[in-house]
Amino acid sequence: MEIIMSVAIGFLFMAAVYLILSKSLIRIIIGTGLLSHGAHLLILTMGGLGGTAPPVVADGVQITDYVDPLPQALILTAIVISFAVTSFFLVLAYRAYQELGTDDMNLMRGIEDRD
Amino acid sequence: MSFVFLIFLPVLAALFVPLLFKNLRQIHTGWFVLLVPVILFIYYATLLPTTAEGGQLVSSFQWIPSLDIAIVSYIDGLSLLFSLLITGIGALVVLYSIFYLDKSREQLHNFYVYLMMFMTAMLGVVQSDHLISLYLFWELTSISSFLLIGYWYTRDRSRFGALKSMMITVFGGLMMLGGFVLLSIMGNTYSIRELIAQAPDLASHSFFTWALILVLLGAFTKSAQFPFYIWLPDAMEAPTPVSAYLHSATMVKAGLYLVARFTPIFAVSGTWMWLVAGVGLFTMFWGSFFALKQKDLKAILAFSTVSQLGLIMSLLGASAAGFHIEDASHTVFKYAAFAAIFHLINHATFKGSLFMVAGIVDHETGTRDIRKLGGLMSLMPITFTIAMIGSFSMAGLPPFNGFLSKEMFLTAMISLTEFDFFSMDVWGLLFPILAWIGSVFTFIYSFFFVFHTFAGKHKPDLLPKKAHEAPIGMLVSPAFLALLVLVIFFIPNQVGDWLIKPAVVAIQPFLYVAPADVDIHVSAWHGVNPEFWMTLGIFLIGGLLFWTLRKWQRAYDRFPDNLTLNRLYDNFMYLSEGGANRFSALYMTGFIRSYLVYMFGFLVVIVLSTLFLTNAFVIRTDNLTPIGFYELVVLLALVAGTITILIAKSRLIAIIALGAVGYSVALFFVIFRAPDLALTQLVIETISVALFLLAFYHLPKNSKTVERLGFKLGNAVIALGVGVTMTLVALSAHSQKVLPSISEFYKETVYSEAGGGNIVNVILVDYRGFDTLFEIAVLGIAGIAIITMIKLRLSRKVGQHENK
Amino acid sequence: MRTNDVMLQTATKVVTFIILMFAVHIFFAGHYTPGGGFVGGLLTASAIVLLMLAFDIETVKKIIPFNYVMMTAIGLLLALATAGASIFFNVPFFTHAYDYFHLPLFGKTSLHSAALFDLGVYLVVVGVTMTIIQTIGEDE
Repeated sequence: MEIIMSVAIGFLFMAAVYLILSKSLIRIIIGTGLLSHGAHLLILTMGGLGGTAPPVVADGVQITDYVDPLPQALILTAIVISFAVTSFFLVLAYRAYQELGTDDMNLMRGIEDRD
Repeated sequence: MSFVFLIFLPVLAALFVPLLFKNLRQIHTGWFVLLVPVILFIYYATLLPTTAEGGQLVSSFQWIPSLDIAIVSYIDGLSLLFSLLITGIGALVVLYSIFYLDKSREQLHNFYVYLMMFMTAMLGVVQSDHLISLYLFWELTSISSFLLIGYWYTRDRSRFGALKSMMITVFGGLMMLGGFVLLSIMGNTYSIRELIAQAPDLASHSFFTWALILVLLGAFTKSAQFPFYIWLPDAMEAPTPVSAYLHSATMVKAGLYLVARFTPIFAVSGTWMWLVAGVGLFTMFWGSFFALKQKDLKAILAFSTVSQLGLIMSLLGASAAGFHIEDASHTVFKYAAFAAIFHLINHATFKGSLFMVAGIVDHETGTRDIRKLGGLMSLMPITFTIAMIGSFSMAGLPPFNGFLSKEMFLTAMISLTEFDFFSMDVWGLLFPILAWIGSVFTFIYSFFFVFHTFAGKHKPDLLPKKAHEAPIGMLVSPAFLALLVLVIFFIPNQVGDWLIKPAVVAIQPFLYVAPADVDIHVSAWHGVNPEFWMTLGIFLIGGLLFWTLRKWQRAYDRFPDNLTLNRLYDNFMYLSEGGANRFSALYMTGFIRSYLVYMFGFLVVIVLSTLFLTNAFVIRTDNLTPIGFYELVVLLALVAGTITILIAKSRLIAIIALGAVGYSVALFFVIFRAPDLALTQLVIETISVALFLLAFYHLPKNSKTVERLGFKLGNAVIALGVGVTMTLVALSAHSQKVLPSISEFYKETVYSEAGGGNIVNVILVDYRGFDTLFEIAVLGIAGIAIITMIKLRLSRKVGQHENK
Repeated sequence: MRTNDVMLQTATKVVTFIILMFAVHIFFAGHYTPGGGFVGGLLTASAIVLLMLAFDIETVKKIIPFNYVMMTAIGLLLALATAGASIFFNVPFFTHAYDYFHLPLFGKTSLHSAALFDLGVYLVVVGVTMTIIQTIGEDE
């Protein structure tokens, strides 16, 4: 399963990078969303997908049977942060469009006043 | 008493300066500030009896104990002398500035904060026994000097001068840091005292000459020695109190202090002696020669300062001779170190008063151009008297203190002809000759300064203001210094016992144990000896040349302008700036995409090469979990969603597909037994999609961006590279567990130690609560940023760019 | 674009309270079973978002007159204070304490200082999410 997951993660990263490199702002933001999904799954897979019980203490479960809780804690933090970043990006894009009237990255070059 | 904290008194006092300036505007802020140097001066003066008997005081506090970095205040004769100079001249300068800087027009809070910062830095430099803290304070003097030179920051020349001094002194400071690091490696300690104690062992170390040259670079740049002196004339853009304080009396003497302090370590080396004495003497000659070319009063004084610093530097170099001569404390070689310190004190007094005079002239006439000035003698009699005392002392005339130290300087230089180490026997004769020529020019520019300003014909139509005598408050400080000039001439031996001899012991510990051992008696008359004839020659030739000055001064204009060191500096700055610009323009395209390409490219290259160079790439198949049916279904949904995003023409579809991918990930979390994640991901995905749609509602309906095939292909290649890299990383990361997971600890202790059942949540709020704390802080920051962007409505202001 | 959304509004009135109850449950359950401050906060926020969808922002603002920026700040301070309080008990920063108490009605209950920290997290999550949505929504 881990090998298939690794390939899927690679695919997610590939799609995300491709989107991030494009010119349209909204595609870039979608790309960052995909990137965080890929990263979450990467952390999960790194820890191993074994274990038969969720990491919640219950009677009659061996310690070794619990799924690794550490990646889950990391991912939980990451999910919330990526939410904050995505919403920040969205507002940035929205304001940039309001001010500049475009969502094309190539038209948003930052150094036009260098002569 | 922990007097180490007194170093920080000025900077602490500076905290109150802006408050006082804002709330008590009717009282000049300088009156409050004046208290600080006065208090410090009185305190340091009480330490005089201790050092005069050869005692030392140490006070320290640990700063970064793990790195063995401490701030150690070490007070002996040398550092106490400098501390007194810093606080004493500091007090006079603050007093002077109260009348020089107008309280309603000037940004006094800036000025005094910088000045106090400088005072702390300078006290730190001269009292630090620890190399690293010495370096820190050293750079802080450069920074405060930069701020003070650029005090009138709207002027181009001020900014230029500030930057120039910063570039050169910070360059020197960094070199010096290198030297310090070498020294600390050689001696395995950061303490200067401990280094001095093991000086004989250091000399044979292979780093010795390197450390010597690097430390000297620091000293030479700071003390404006040839060829680094070029920053000092440009630093004259600073307000005159600053020039009097930093650029003549204290900061530029930090280099001299450094040389004096390190003489016990480096004196053994011939390189040291040649460099310090040679560069110093040449600077003395060069500065005095070109002082006559200047038209600006302060520029004349700047070159004169360069020259006088060179004089003291050469004496410090000559004092190293005492190391090589047997029983030097009873020979003619004993005079150099004494003369250096003596002249250092004298220079502070007469040059300080001269700078203040230049400031008064500028303040009362509106110009410092010596061609427009003249005949001020009758209009400003008190100023003239002060200027005359200062100039005559600088020229070396009796009965002023400059005469005494100039005589000893000549003695020391003549003594070098008798020195027969380091091929001095061949070249030694050059020293008295160059010293004599430099002294002649010193004589001429001193007279030039005072008589072309105050004597001659008054030209009222050339002056922007009607000239009159300065207010009494402005005259107090220079008059006090002029009085000192006179008094020191009559009591040189008292000054010697209290201030000079303790400092000499610190410079030449290899000769003396206690100040009482220094067997030097200063007197104005030594009988008819070579020094006497040299002095007589200076007066005669100097007087004659000054008499005919108008005839030959024009010759200075014939010096080619494009061969000067200043031009070299300008060109260097211009080229380095242009080169840096062109270099950055090579890769700084302004397109975010380019930067992302660099980042992704480096990611692929670095990760892949590490992976394969360190043989980290491993695939193990024995710890895999079996492939399940549900997993495959969800995986299919995930891939389908991703592909939809990639090929979707409409944004709405792309957003919905992103939602689908997110929900698939949530399902993965369910399958892989992560209930918390699944719950969070589901809710977050819902809110995100809502957000996307909300923002989408505002964005243009149809994107007009068209991407060419080549562009897309390039992106695809990079994307593929990143994808493959991440797959390999995921595989290797899973396949090898080098260290046991810390999770075992969490699993075992979650109930017994943390009193919880949900391990993930306990990790978040308890075991790794710090992460969560920062995470919610990030959330808060994002929220604030979004409010800022939307509520504040900062629009692009066309044409408001700074450079337009 | 006022469409007839009586259905939605009626349903929302019921569902919102169910979600809110569930959010509170999940928040308190978080220490022993799945849940916690993050999920609880997000669920609460989604309940309020649902209200906003069904009615409009102004109405919801009248019903729930919270200043969400203040809520975020209070949450951050609470979290920091919980972490910092341990200093006064002479234990390292971020040491939590818990004990079991017999409370009327609840029986044997464990009270944990981590719950206070989690409450801070909860407040920040609700505060920030609502701040974001409210600012974007109001900006027409």
